[in-house]
Amino acid sequence: MYKIAAVGDRDSIFSYAAVGISVFPAETPQDAVARIRELAGAEYAVIFITEKLASGISAELDKYRNSPVPAIIPIPGIGGSTGLGMENVSKAVEKAVGSDIIN
Amino acid sequence: MARLNVNPTRMELTNLKRRLTTARKGHRLLKDKRDELMRRFLILVRENKELRRRVEAAVDEANSHMLVARSVMSSEELDTAMMLPAREASLEVSEKNVMSVILPEYQVTFNSSNEGDIYSYGFAYTSSDLDRGVKFLSEILPDMLRLAELEKSCQLMADEIEKTRRRVNALEHVLIPQYEETIKYIVMKLDENERSSTTRLMKIKDSMLAEQRAKDAALDAEALADFSGEDISDLPDEE
Repeated sequence: MYKIAAVGDRDSIFSYAAVGISVFPAETPQDAVARIRELAGAEYAVIFITEKLASGISAELDKYRNSPVPAIIPIPGIGGSTGLGMENVSKAVEKAVGSDIIN
Repeated sequence: MARLNVNPTRMELTNLKRRLTTARKGHRLLKDKRDELMRRFLILVRENKELRRRVEAAVDEANSHMLVARSVMSSEELDTAMMLPAREASLEVSEKNVMSVILPEYQVTFNSSNEGDIYSYGFAYTSSDLDRGVKFLSEILPDMLRLAELEKSCQLMADEIEKTRRRVNALEHVLIPQYEETIKYIVMKLDENERSSTTRLMKIKDSMLAEQRAKDAALDAEALADFSGEDISDLPDEE
């Protein structure tokens, strides 16, 4: 049985605790990397991470791109969307098709 | 295009022909796989984009409620309210095999089935914005998980499509031409060998004939010389 986690700055993610998601505050990219490594090793199948934090550790996130578990999904933090999530989708399209054909 | 470094023998030719057939068959299969993967990928990715747009908007909305809640409540109060979640979500992850790509499927369950259990606090000391934010989040949670599922699937499929495309291209532009070239080379070489052995045989035949003719001529000359002095008119006629 897997669980769901949320990683990000405290203000952005504290509310997810209410819906049953385990919340792990991380303020710096280093914290986030360590936290994600730990979570990926544990039973977390879905990890939501704030876009702001994700943009700093994209190299680390790419490691999990091709493994079925965990799915690391960027979500907008309290400061609003930075467009990183959309960019990731476009990147997948670019990888598969050769150019981003879906807008 | 370089040909393979093999001996031009009949056995190699048979082997290569068999490998070429296999390569062609594999190429056709992989091409089909790529096309089907691409079709499914495009369907998924369209849904993915659409869903992401919706989820991002909803998360923004929830965040704005939370922001208000945070500003009207002290951080201790808020932490207390959130300290003990009323229910915990757990995920059942199953796998779906699409063209040999393993895609995850999530099924979320809560350890409490009561819908009202999303509020982990009494309403007395908390802001109504917090309630609204929490309600919003719990409403979009299924969408968020669907998004996670789709996004992961898209990433995995994109990876597989890239791999398959590389294989198709390698077969189409490297391996198959290489085999064809080598087969052509061996056929030419074998034909050439055959022609050269034919001409060699003809040459040998010619020289042997010439030799024989020279020998006959020498014998004739000898016989002529032997009988040249003798009168052959009184030899009895053959009847």
